[in-house]
Amino acid sequence: MNGFRTLLGWALVGAVAGTLALAGADVFVARAADPIKIGLGMALTGGLSANGKPALMAIQIWKDDVNKKGGLLGRPVELIAYDDQTNPATVPGIYTKLLEVDKVDFVVSGYGTNLIAPLMPIAMERKLTIMGILGLANNEKYKYPNYFQIQPSGPDPEANWATGFFEIAARQNPKPQTIALVGADAEYPRHAIAGARELVKKFGFKTVYDKSYPPSTVDYTPIARAIKAVSPDIVFVASYPPDSVGMVRASAEIGLQPKIFGGGMVGLQFTTVMTSLGPMLNGIVNYDFWAPESTMMFPGIKEFFAEYQKRAKEAGVDPLGYYLPPYAYSAVQILGLAIEGGKSLDQQKVADYIRSNEFSTIVGKVRFGPNGEWAKSRVLQVQYQGIKGTDVEQFRVPGKKVVLYPEEFKSGTVIYPYSAAQK
Amino acid sequence: MKTRGALVVGVAVIGLGVLLGGLRVNPYVYFAGYVVLQYVVIATAWNVLGGYAGYVNFGTPAFFALGAYTSIFLIEAFKAPLPVLIVCGGLVAALLGLGIGYLTLRLKGVFFSIATFALSVVLQTLIINWEYVGGAKGYTLIRPPAPFFRSWGVLLFTLMVVLAVVTVLVARTIERSWIGRGLAALRDNEEAAECMGVPTLRLKLFATTLSGFFLGVAGAPFPYYVTYVEPSSAFDLNYAVNALAMPMIGGTTTWLGPVIGAVLLGTAQQVATVTISSELNLLIVGVVLVLFVVLAPEGITGLVRRLRRR
Amino acid sequence: MFTWDLLANAVVAGILLGGFYAAVSLGVSLTFGLLDVVNIAHPAFVILGAYAAYVMNSSFGLDPILTGVLFTPLFYALGAGVYRIYYGSFERRGEESLRGLVFFFGLLFIIEVALSLKYGVDYRLVEAAYIGKSIDLGGVGIAFRLLVPCVVGLLMTLALSLFLSRTFYGRAVMGVSQDQVALRLMGANPVRIKTIAFGIGIAAASLSGALLITISPVVPSTDRDYIGRVFAITVLGGLGSVGGTLVASIILGVAESLMATLFGPSWSLAVSFGILLLALAVRPAGLFGR
Repeated sequence: MNGFRTLLGWALVGAVAGTLALAGADVFVARAADPIKIGLGMALTGGLSANGKPALMAIQIWKDDVNKKGGLLGRPVELIAYDDQTNPATVPGIYTKLLEVDKVDFVVSGYGTNLIAPLMPIAMERKLTIMGILGLANNEKYKYPNYFQIQPSGPDPEANWATGFFEIAARQNPKPQTIALVGADAEYPRHAIAGARELVKKFGFKTVYDKSYPPSTVDYTPIARAIKAVSPDIVFVASYPPDSVGMVRASAEIGLQPKIFGGGMVGLQFTTVMTSLGPMLNGIVNYDFWAPESTMMFPGIKEFFAEYQKRAKEAGVDPLGYYLPPYAYSAVQILGLAIEGGKSLDQQKVADYIRSNEFSTIVGKVRFGPNGEWAKSRVLQVQYQGIKGTDVEQFRVPGKKVVLYPEEFKSGTVIYPYSAAQK
Repeated sequence: MKTRGALVVGVAVIGLGVLLGGLRVNPYVYFAGYVVLQYVVIATAWNVLGGYAGYVNFGTPAFFALGAYTSIFLIEAFKAPLPVLIVCGGLVAALLGLGIGYLTLRLKGVFFSIATFALSVVLQTLIINWEYVGGAKGYTLIRPPAPFFRSWGVLLFTLMVVLAVVTVLVARTIERSWIGRGLAALRDNEEAAECMGVPTLRLKLFATTLSGFFLGVAGAPFPYYVTYVEPSSAFDLNYAVNALAMPMIGGTTTWLGPVIGAVLLGTAQQVATVTISSELNLLIVGVVLVLFVVLAPEGITGLVRRLRRR
Repeated sequence: MFTWDLLANAVVAGILLGGFYAAVSLGVSLTFGLLDVVNIAHPAFVILGAYAAYVMNSSFGLDPILTGVLFTPLFYALGAGVYRIYYGSFERRGEESLRGLVFFFGLLFIIEVALSLKYGVDYRLVEAAYIGKSIDLGGVGIAFRLLVPCVVGLLMTLALSLFLSRTFYGRAVMGVSQDQVALRLMGANPVRIKTIAFGIGIAAASLSGALLITISPVVPSTDRDYIGRVFAITVLGGLGSVGGTLVASIILGVAESLMATLFGPSWSLAVSFGILLLALAVRPAGLFGR
C-alpha cells in the first residue's frame, strides 16, 4: 500500500509538472502580426461574473460584426481576454501580459469599479487610451484625460446615479417630506448613498433613517421593520442583487409601503431576479440603463439583442441581456469608430478623436465630457408596472418597465403613490 | 548545510534577483514573479505555525490584509517609506498573532483554527467600516515615480526576492534550533511534550507571533503592487486556501516544502490565469490539494525522502 | 426609535432565524460535536442541497422542502462515503488534526467551484406557495418564508435528539463519542457507527440547504457566510449537545436581529463572532458542553 501511494504521489507530481510545461509552452507562442489586437481582463468567475460573462459575449459580438464588414482599417480584429476572477490583484499581471507578451494594440477595462481601478496607473504610465466598462468615479482622483467610461452616469457620477429618483419624488404633489436611506456595506452602495445624501440636502427632504448592513445579511425583515417604524415617505435603497431581493421580499412581507420605493438597487435588472420577484416589483422606481421601450430603440440595438439572446441561451447567461451587454458593445463600438475615424492606431490620436466627437451607437448618441464621463447623464429611472406572474416573455415587450426619466426618453407616467401600483 | 553556507546561498539568490531586475526581460515576469515570491513568504510563514507546530491557521487573509492596511494607514498618516511599512506591517500582524495565540492557549488545535477563521471575518468587518483607510469603497494609491529602480515592477520584484530569502532563512534557522525541536514535540503530542518539560505555552505564542509577523510582511507592499485595495479582495479566501495547499503539497516538516509548493502551485496559477483562465483553475487547486492530502500527505519533500531511503 | 413593537418583532424574527440556523448547524453538531471530525465542508454540502432544491424547483416545480427530504438518502450515502475516505486516510493513522482539516477545506473548495462551473454565479432562487405571505399575530408580523424553515429546523432538532437518546444506533453514537474502546468491547463497531452518524449529518445538510434557498437567494460562495456561523453555534452550544445547538442558534439569531434593528446591521455579523471568540476564551466548553 505504501509503495502504491508513493507511486501515485509521483504520478501526481509528474502531472502537475507536465501541465505546467504544456501551459508554459503556450505562453510564449508568437502571434500573427496582421490583426489588430484588443485585450482585456473580464470577470468570468467570482462575484461579478454574472455580468462579466454577458459583457464579454457582447464584445465578442462586436468583434464578429466588425470583421464581417471587413475589420478596422482593412485589418481583422482579434480579441484576447483573460479571467480576472473579480479580483483586483490579478489586474496588474493580466494587463502586463496583454501589453508585453501578447502585444495588444488597445486595452479595454474589466467590468466594475474595483477592476478598473488597478488598471489606471498602468494605463497612465504607458499613456494608453482606455474604455471603461461600467465603473463609478474611477477617474476622480487621477483626472487622466485618455480615460472614457461607458457608464451613462455623466459628470458627478455619485450624485447622478440617483438624481432622477429624487426629481421624480420632488415633482409629486403634495411633495413627500421624509426619506429613509439604506444600503450595503460595499463600494457601490456607499458611493450611491453618499450621492443620495447630497441630493437629500438639495431637494430639502428630511432623513429619518440612514443605516447600512453587511452584505451577508440573511434576513432583511428587521431592517424593513425598522424602516417601517419611522414611516418615511421615500425609501432609497442602494443594494447588490441578493440584498435587493431580500429587501423587496421583506418589504412586501411586512407591508412596507412608502410613497415611493427603490432608487439604486442593482439586480432588479437581471432576468433571473425579475422572473423570481414578479409582481412584487410593481411600483418600484429604480435606476436602469435600458428598457425595451419605444423611446430606447436605437439603430442596431434590435439586431444586437437578436444575436446576443441567441448566444446567451447556449452559454447559460442572462437570457435577455438588457443591462450591461449593449453598453459593453457600444464601448468597443466607439473605440472602433474612433480608430476608423482618425485612421490611426496611435493612442493619443484615438483619445483626441473620442474626446471631440459624438458617436452614434446602439445605445444612442454618446458624447464624452470632462474626466471621461458622459457629457450628459443618462441613468434612467424606470418603474415596474403591470407585472403579472413570473413569465419571462412579458419582459420582452414595452410597458412593463416604463421609463420615467430623463425627459427625452420618457415612455410613460409614474404611478404614485407606490401602493397604487401594487393593486 | 551549515548556517554560513545557507547565508551565502541566500545572498546569491538575492543577487540573482537583482540581476534579473537589471536585465530587460519581459516586464510580465516581474509581475508574475512578485506574486509567486509573495506566496513563498506566505507559505513559509504559515508553515512555521501549521507545519512545525501543527496549528492550522484558516485566517491567513486576516494577517495578510492587516499588513496591507497597516501600510495604507501609515501612508495616509505619515507618508511613511516602504521599509517602515514592511516592518510595521509585520509588527502589527505579529501582535495579532500573539493575541489570538493568547486567547486560544488552553484549547485544542481545532478551536484555534475556528478562531482564526472568525478573526478574518471580524477584521474584515472592522476594515469595511473604517473610512480612513478607504473602507468598503477601497483605497487608491497614487504611486510616485519608483525610487532607485527602473520601474515599480522591478522594485517590487526585487523587494519580494529579499523578503522571500529572509523569511526562508529565518524559518530554516528556527527549524534547526531547539525551538524547532520543541515545536515538533508539540505537534506530535502536546501533552507528552508538556510532561517532558517543553515550554509549550511559550513556544505556541512564539510560533503564532512569528507566523503572523511574516504574513504581515507579505501583505505590507501589496498596496504598491495593486494600487487599489479593497476589503473583499484583500481578505480573499484564496489566500487561505493557497497558504494551506502550498505547504501541504511541498511538505510541511521542512522549510523546503513551502518553497517548492509555492513555486509550483504559484507558477501554475499564474500561468493558468492567462491560459485556461476560468474556474477550472480554482477547481484544479482544490482537487490537487485533496489528492495530495489523501495520497501524499508528506508532500513532495516527503516523497523524495522516501525515494532516497530505498 | 425604540418601541416595544419593534423590539418584539426583532426578537421574533431572531427566533425564527435561529430555528433555521439550528437546521444548518445540526450536521456539524453531530459530526464535530459528537464524532470529533472537523467537517468544515458542511456549509458546502448545505449549498449543494440548496442547488438540488433549486434544480428540482425550476425543472419540475417541486417544493424545495420536499426535494430536501427526497434527497436525504442520497446525501446520506455521500456522507458515508466521505467519512470512509476520511477514516481510511487519516483517522486510522492518527493524523487527523492537520490533514483532516485540510482535507475538508479542500472538499469545501471543490464543491463550491464545481457548483459555479456547472451553474454559474447568478443568484438562484426558488418559488413556493408560502414565500411572500405573512401573518400578523397581535402586532408581530411573521413571514412564512421564515416560519416554515424555522418549524422544519425545530422538527429536525427534535428528531435528531430523539434518535440519539431513544434508538440503538443513536445511543451507540453517543457511546462512540464518549469511549470508543468500551464500545468495541461491547461488540459494536465504532467505525460503522461513525459512518452512520456522519451520513446523517450530511443528510441533514440536504434539507437545510432547501431551507436556505427558501429564505434567500444563493450563490456557490454563500457557504463562506455560514462556516463561521455554524461553528460559532456548535461551540457556543457546547460540543455534544443537540439541545445546546438549538439554544445557541436562537441566541445567535436574536443577537443578529437585535443588532440589525436597533444599532444598524453593519455590526451584527461581527458581533456574532465576537461572542464566539469571547466564549472560546472564557468558557470553551460552551453553554451545555460536557
